[in-house]
Amino acid sequence: MFSYCSDPSAIEGWAWISCYLTTPKHLTAFSSVFTVLLLLAITAPTALLFGFAGATAARSHIAPLRWIGKGYTAIVRGVPDVAFFLFFVIALDQGIEWLRHQVKCPDWPDAIRQGNDFVVCDAAKMPLSEASAFVHQSYGFSIAVLTFAIVFGAFAANVIYGAMRAVPRAQLETAEAYGMSQRQTFWRIMVPQMWVYALPGLSNLWMILIKATPLLFLLGVRDVVYWAKELGGLKTDAFAYPHPDWRLWYFLGLLVFYLTLTKVSEIILDRVMARLTHGQATAGGESARKAAS
Amino acid sequence: MSCWETVQSYAFRSLGYGERLLPRSDFTLCDQFTLIGSGMIWNIYFGILALFFGFFLSTAVALGKFSTNPWFRKPAEIFVFVFRGSPLFIQFFLAYETFVLLPKLGMDLNLGFTEITVETRWLTKAWLGALIVLFLNTSAYAGEIFYGALKSIPKGDIEAADAYGLSGWKRFRRIIFPTMLRLGWPGYTNEAIFMFHATTLVFFSSFPAWRQQGDALYYASYFADKTFNPFVPYPILAFYFILLTLVVIGVYGAINKRLNRHLPSNSRQKIKYRPKLIR
Repeated sequence: MFSYCSDPSAIEGWAWISCYLTTPKHLTAFSSVFTVLLLLAITAPTALLFGFAGATAARSHIAPLRWIGKGYTAIVRGVPDVAFFLFFVIALDQGIEWLRHQVKCPDWPDAIRQGNDFVVCDAAKMPLSEASAFVHQSYGFSIAVLTFAIVFGAFAANVIYGAMRAVPRAQLETAEAYGMSQRQTFWRIMVPQMWVYALPGLSNLWMILIKATPLLFLLGVRDVVYWAKELGGLKTDAFAYPHPDWRLWYFLGLLVFYLTLTKVSEIILDRVMARLTHGQATAGGESARKAAS
Repeated sequence: MSCWETVQSYAFRSLGYGERLLPRSDFTLCDQFTLIGSGMIWNIYFGILALFFGFFLSTAVALGKFSTNPWFRKPAEIFVFVFRGSPLFIQFFLAYETFVLLPKLGMDLNLGFTEITVETRWLTKAWLGALIVLFLNTSAYAGEIFYGALKSIPKGDIEAADAYGLSGWKRFRRIIFPTMLRLGWPGYTNEAIFMFHATTLVFFSSFPAWRQQGDALYYASYFADKTFNPFVPYPILAFYFILLTLVVIGVYGAINKRLNRHLPSNSRQKIKYRPKLIR
């Protein structure tokens, strides 16, 4: 990175540290922070969408649709989250390969499940075995995102379902009295008003989502935890920058990173809440009105 | 091997008793049920001990956070922020790395009737090291719940206690503490359920499973890895955990009933199951 870094063994002190922290490996590690942020940026809206769909389905008048919605919100109850992450990743992976197998190799003679093995034809492998490492990485990442979205979607569905029920009944009755149809009542009255009730739950969920991101490591994605373990480990004299086991310091850095992330989110979400309660017929809106006058 | 023989050889495998080798092929349903159930012993061990010790620390933390004295309030606030604001996963890693770096010391502890040697290398073992992390973590979460409960103790209750001449320890023991418990209990129940779920993270973070003695999730993922079939071991794990959740709700519900026994039945707080997912 810097010109004086050409011979690491000759430099000391701050120069050494500045060279050490800008090795190509470290730069890759810093960019893995964006993996975490990217995961958050993709998962949050997707999970919200899943949650909204789930909550709407759970309120549906059509019985099968309602069962699906209720079942979806119920699955994540009572079972440890980590189990879900491990389960969905294999299940999704095998499900996709199974579907591709059915389409691409309809006349494959052998069974897919042979005892302890799961065998599909080569054309159905996902990603294809000759694909580049980048494709493998991003496929793993998208499976992880989908898993996060499914699990967090169920929780968001729970929150949104509760929020829809919290919208005052009188508001909906007024809408019906004005002659609005069911659909109009839902989109024009219920949905705009439910957010203020959903926000405390959703912001809680966002905090949990932040704290769930290290699980990416378990799913085999090279995220910040992977790099902290990799870079912090003991480096002997065979390496350009030898150092003892520094994993403790790397993990302290991660701790600070996550604490900052939660603190910043807390401040932002408080502001959003203050804005949303503005003019609402709730205790929060009332106290804001009193404070202003 | 018949199912009963499997139970005999693997029921306490997670503690190191019975057959040394894990089953390698021809996994039967019985194998999976027995081993995953055997792993549940660890989940229950971590959960119960962390909750038991955590209860005392969380009360102290809640009182500290509620205190007007900044010497008590600030440390409690920082403690809660650090443990609630960061992933449990990272806390496990950090604790493990710290414990590994500690000097290996032995210390003789005289308990009066017997003498035991306490060694720092125990800290790198999951049974003690992970327990400490879980204990601190649950203390922070439950401390926040109890702090919320302290804040919502009716003003009238405390004024009445003052009017009766109760103060200091007596007022805390008779009025504040029981009311705090009663108000915080529904939230605390969820925390307990959630604590049991969090115990599955122990062997998936940095604490190594010594001689393949792991918890339920450790064995479930062992089977999933070996059979490439997640559709059997994970539902079995789910079954065990739903059972455990029901037991926790039963026990905490009974305590809740006792805490609320002086109230008319329509103003009692009901326990509502509100899962929180990952911490």
